[in-house]
Amino acid sequence: MSAAGYSLLAVTAVVVATLAVGAYGWRFSRTTSDFFVASRTVRPGLNASAIGGEYLSAASFLGVAGLVLAFGTEMLWYPVGWTAGYLVLLVLVAAPLRRSGAYTLPDFAESRLESRGVRRLSALLVVAIGWLYLMPQFQGAGLALAATTGTGAWLGGVLVATVVLVNVLFGGMRSITFVQAFQYWLKLTALLFPLLFMVTIWLGDGAVSPASTGTTPGDSWESPLAGAGDHRLYTTYSIIVATFLGTMGLPHVVVRFYTNPDGAAARRTTLFVLALLGLFYLLPPVYGGLGRLYAPDLIASGDTESVVLELPARMLAGTLGDLLSALTTAGAFAAFLSTSSGLTVAVAGVISQDVLGRRLGGVRAFQAGAVVAVLVPLGLALLAEGVGVAQAVGLAFAFAASTFCPLLVLGIWWRRLTDAGAIAGMLVGGGCAGGAVLATLLGAAPAGWPGALLAQPAAWTVPLAFLTMVGISLATPRRVPRHAARTMVRLHTPEAVQLDRGVLPR
Amino acid sequence: MPDTPPRRVRVTSPRTGAARVQQVPAAREIDAQTALGEVYMSSLLRSQLRLALLALATLVVVVGGIPLLFWLAPELSAVQVLAVPLPWLLLAFAVYPFLFAIGWLYVRAAERNERAFTDVLDRS
Repeated sequence: MSAAGYSLLAVTAVVVATLAVGAYGWRFSRTTSDFFVASRTVRPGLNASAIGGEYLSAASFLGVAGLVLAFGTEMLWYPVGWTAGYLVLLVLVAAPLRRSGAYTLPDFAESRLESRGVRRLSALLVVAIGWLYLMPQFQGAGLALAATTGTGAWLGGVLVATVVLVNVLFGGMRSITFVQAFQYWLKLTALLFPLLFMVTIWLGDGAVSPASTGTTPGDSWESPLAGAGDHRLYTTYSIIVATFLGTMGLPHVVVRFYTNPDGAAARRTTLFVLALLGLFYLLPPVYGGLGRLYAPDLIASGDTESVVLELPARMLAGTLGDLLSALTTAGAFAAFLSTSSGLTVAVAGVISQDVLGRRLGGVRAFQAGAVVAVLVPLGLALLAEGVGVAQAVGLAFAFAASTFCPLLVLGIWWRRLTDAGAIAGMLVGGGCAGGAVLATLLGAAPAGWPGALLAQPAAWTVPLAFLTMVGISLATPRRVPRHAARTMVRLHTPEAVQLDRGVLPR
Repeated sequence: MPDTPPRRVRVTSPRTGAARVQQVPAAREIDAQTALGEVYMSSLLRSQLRLALLALATLVVVVGGIPLLFWLAPELSAVQVLAVPLPWLLLAFAVYPFLFAIGWLYVRAAERNERAFTDVLDRS
């Protein structure tokens, strides 16, 4: 059998396994609560695997190794930031967010600030960030399938979209939880197993350091500072701000916290996730480093994102190499499927509650929302080509850090936040971050410092959003929500204490 | 009829319940949003916020200090530990156990704060 045949077989196996594991969850999905939050009964171990499975997207599975191969050590800030983002989430947001009792981010915004306006703006932002993140997943699926099996670039995206839709339509969150937990371990195995063989070969070849093969003199492959020229320090810190603070604002990350039984469980789950992410992110950089030794031509051809898919076949001759490459292809598909499923559930939840909720009820609205949530970004992915996976995902992080991060942090810890302040802060932060990255993508950015500020905007848009939120809130003290004190009791007190926690959202 | 008056007897009471003032549980103070309830709530909030900021400060100083360190001393990039460049060693391996350790200590301390709060409310 040919290499393409093995890859096709592996992808088929992942798709079938995903549907089978999902079908196991379908049997339990009956109520609206099952569909949205798996009835809030998921234990920390299973939930953490599911969060890990959902979070590790194509950008983590393929993108990190490719970036490390092309640019070197500085790109390690992305996996570090994506993990540290969970630590920031743990200490600032995890338990209070679970205790808020809300289904989605707009629910949280409305119940904390007692305003429909904040709710509508949050819903808009959730859908925008979700689509921004879904589009590169579908594109990545197309590229990966085309690279390994030679099919058309559209097929991978359509395949992923279809499988996700089937699982979400029939099983909702309950079903997705099983699927994603399974996919975390699949992804870990798919990277770890080939790596064992490859590292053995590398050790046999004398364990040459990847940094020693500098192609050009003055090559800064081992430097941990990003970019070039005067603004290296700025660019590095801007990536750090976007990833550390952006994680908490991603809709598919936040929606997961509502599936924990209580606040303390939410914290333990997050700690578990930190361990699982740390374990996983040890692996992709090694592919990048080995790729520099064994597949340097990928740098020249600009095809660095396929290093994870191709390296096993290049380092190991014959059927074994082909089989291991098929395994990493399977892992990549697990990455596309799990992240897309999580995003679809999050976006569908918001669409069904805020757009369709009044006409359709419960599960029906959720299913209609899921169809819209998948078809729009699939269309965008098929139309717009050439926006890189890592670039679009980076934009989503900067955007989330400039909008939902201030809303969540100030909403949870500062009782004088007002609805006017929240709206102003999200508009200013989102407007600046969105505008800056659009300018970069369209090629309208100038060179030098202004260009650096626009390419990585988080370091200035996030503080700006915080300052606007605080400033406008202080200027509108009469708009402090009437039940702010009661809401703070709900967010921060342990569930064991009998207290009046006000009215839970829905 | 004997005229002797009955002996005086001292009547005592353990005075356990009698002297006790009607006590309002702390939980009711919080529910009624009295000044005392506010004190309970703000002490919980402040202890949790202080803990969170301590964890974040550790993260910012240690992990956030890495770019500054290598910017100020670029020659450190060339240092190799067991054939692995130092920046690579820090960012690809060492940072993850460190992040987990901060998280683990944080979860323990946060649960301790909540237990203290629950105990105060139960004792009153």
